[in-house]
Amino acid sequence: MTKMSGAKALLESLERQNVDVIFGILGGATLPIYDLLCNSKIRHILCRHEQGAAHAADGYARASGKAGVCMATSGPGATNLVTGITNAYMDSSPVIALTGQVPTTGANTSYMIGRDAFQEADIIGITTPITKHNFQLREAAEIPKIVKTAFYIATTGRPGPVLIDVPKNVQTEVAQIEFSDGIEIRGYKPTSNPHPLQIRKAAEMLAEAEKPVILAGGGVITSNASQELLQLAELLMAPVATTFMGKGSLPEIHPLSLGSIGMHGNPVANKLLCEADVLLAVGTRFSDRSTGNLDSFCAPAKKIHIDIDAAEIGKNVDVNIPIVADAKKALKALHARLAKQLKKQKKSAWMKRVKEAKKQLNPPSKGKSKDLKPKALLQELRKLLPENAIVTTEVGQNQMWAALYFNALKPRTFISSGGLGTMGFGFPAAIGAKVACPHRPVVDIAGDGSFRMTEQELGTSVTEDIPVIVIVLNNSVLGMVAQWQRMFFKGRYTAVKLGSVPDFVKLAEAYGAQGLRVGSVAEFSKAVKKALKSNVTTVIDVPISSEEDVVPMVPPGCGLNQQVGEY
Amino acid sequence: MENGRTKVIAAIVENKPGVLHSIANMFRRRGFNIESITVGHTEQKGLARMTITVNGDDKTLEQIIKQMHKLIDVVKVSSLEPENIVTRELALVKVNVPDTKTRSDIINCVEVFRGRVVDVSSETLTIEITGTPDKIDAFLNLMKTYGIMELARTGITALSRGPKSIRIDE
Repeated sequence: MTKMSGAKALLESLERQNVDVIFGILGGATLPIYDLLCNSKIRHILCRHEQGAAHAADGYARASGKAGVCMATSGPGATNLVTGITNAYMDSSPVIALTGQVPTTGANTSYMIGRDAFQEADIIGITTPITKHNFQLREAAEIPKIVKTAFYIATTGRPGPVLIDVPKNVQTEVAQIEFSDGIEIRGYKPTSNPHPLQIRKAAEMLAEAEKPVILAGGGVITSNASQELLQLAELLMAPVATTFMGKGSLPEIHPLSLGSIGMHGNPVANKLLCEADVLLAVGTRFSDRSTGNLDSFCAPAKKIHIDIDAAEIGKNVDVNIPIVADAKKALKALHARLAKQLKKQKKSAWMKRVKEAKKQLNPPSKGKSKDLKPKALLQELRKLLPENAIVTTEVGQNQMWAALYFNALKPRTFISSGGLGTMGFGFPAAIGAKVACPHRPVVDIAGDGSFRMTEQELGTSVTEDIPVIVIVLNNSVLGMVAQWQRMFFKGRYTAVKLGSVPDFVKLAEAYGAQGLRVGSVAEFSKAVKKALKSNVTTVIDVPISSEEDVVPMVPPGCGLNQQVGEY
Repeated sequence: MENGRTKVIAAIVENKPGVLHSIANMFRRRGFNIESITVGHTEQKGLARMTITVNGDDKTLEQIIKQMHKLIDVVKVSSLEPENIVTRELALVKVNVPDTKTRSDIINCVEVFRGRVVDVSSETLTIEITGTPDKIDAFLNLMKTYGIMELARTGITALSRGPKSIRIDE
């Protein structure tokens, strides 16, 4: 036991969790923590808005697989984190959010929690539905245990954000602090080993399948199960479709890869999923954007569903064989079981069909267009980037073009806001990913509308020396909603035109970043190469047509087999 | 279990601030409807027991239980089989008594239902009655004819019959 302040105990607890960076903005209610932060081993990255801090922590977590940490002061600082926390919750990302809070007690009792003190917000109440769990500290002595518990909850089972609210008097309170090793949470015992009987049943079903398809979700990436996925797919000769969140779980250039499914999924993936006789879904929650109309989703297929979160099984899609387990362990167990059972690879008819569907539905691009087309740009970008480069996306058309045309080759290299669809996510997430992986190029595939929402983080990236590349597919409109107004509201454009301000080259330069504008694919290629060599953040402005649609598309309410438009 | 009937969920939860909020919040957010909820200490330190009744089909019930289970402060949760439980509810009801004849009529009813008169005034009787919700409904129907002035029901609390329990092993 050592005597120290709550603020010191907090920082030491974070160090014991191997936290090396905190993204945040300070304020009155976190001053005692910041006063000690300058002497800590932990790097603090001062963001320009708390939303940016939360997304950066999220991007850091997804790129590294470790928990990402963000911190904000009480009241508005804390509420500004809310979008970022919700985003992490929807995509099961392990983010630890630390918030300052007004004192619980004090000499002047008017500053107590619950009395509407200056910069007081009930962040526990606000974040209850958007966190995996949250804590409000009451005394300094409980800090080590609660921090440890928070990290354990955030990073195990189905990961998710955990918030710790730290009243100011707890930060200054000096107490005997003990850093214990063990924690015991009687209400939290995540299952991770698959039930052998369920594995046996699933293996039997897969062994008999004529047209099996594996659907890999974000859970495969979370549990680092890409190797196991590949081995099982190759053993079964089963093609692999991914969800949007599962992008990168299998290299998208692998012969068994079908691309991602969903509203703007690859037509090959959508088509073959509808033809499967057995679907093995791993680490996915069957979101509406993935499945389309549920009545026709994979209707002929028997379904096996592996998920670590029991509540996801049967929530949206009824399944024949549920397996509550960690994806890696379940895939390994299935492989072990099937390796004995399957003597030789068969299903050549099904593989023939896969090849034929790819040839028919993913034809090679015809010639070169003079216009700057997203498809050509993103395919070109893939060629320019090493396979371990990390790509983040904003939300909207840019994101769906990236899903369709940018092949992710490794897990944790495609980072995007899948569940919440948060515009403004990509750029701060890129900053977080770059901090986690400083030696790899990080590129934000952006739209102009989304980038405008968190563009102030250019300040963070320049002053903190975190060089990333932002490619702005600039159509001067809120493109995705404009597309829907075009398709479903008779082209009545309402509130979607952003105009061609700001000048993104000048904007970048105003922040001390590099700004480049391109007018052709060749120029684009040159600009990306220049940006890759630069040690400062580069914004590449790519003017594209405002009429460009994202197709193919499954119209809302339709099944995956009703996709329209050419790839 | 039939679909669309009232179902009883029992949960052992951490007895600390915010737990009721997180459970109620989950019900609201996911569109589940709580018919009644009772909470009290258990014989085990730091744990409280909740009895929640909900209306919905089996699939909904399964989701509710899974979602409750995900909450960190819910230590154990289970649905109780309706044919295999003891349920009780308590009601306090204040009835209008215009004259002595009515007063003795009401007291007779109370005796038949094994209730108790817990307060008397010149114009009212306050009655305590315990039992299954059906029994309480039947009693209240009778009292309606006299005029119910005020009513407080606790919602049900329940335990499994026999040795089965959801107690936490310590």
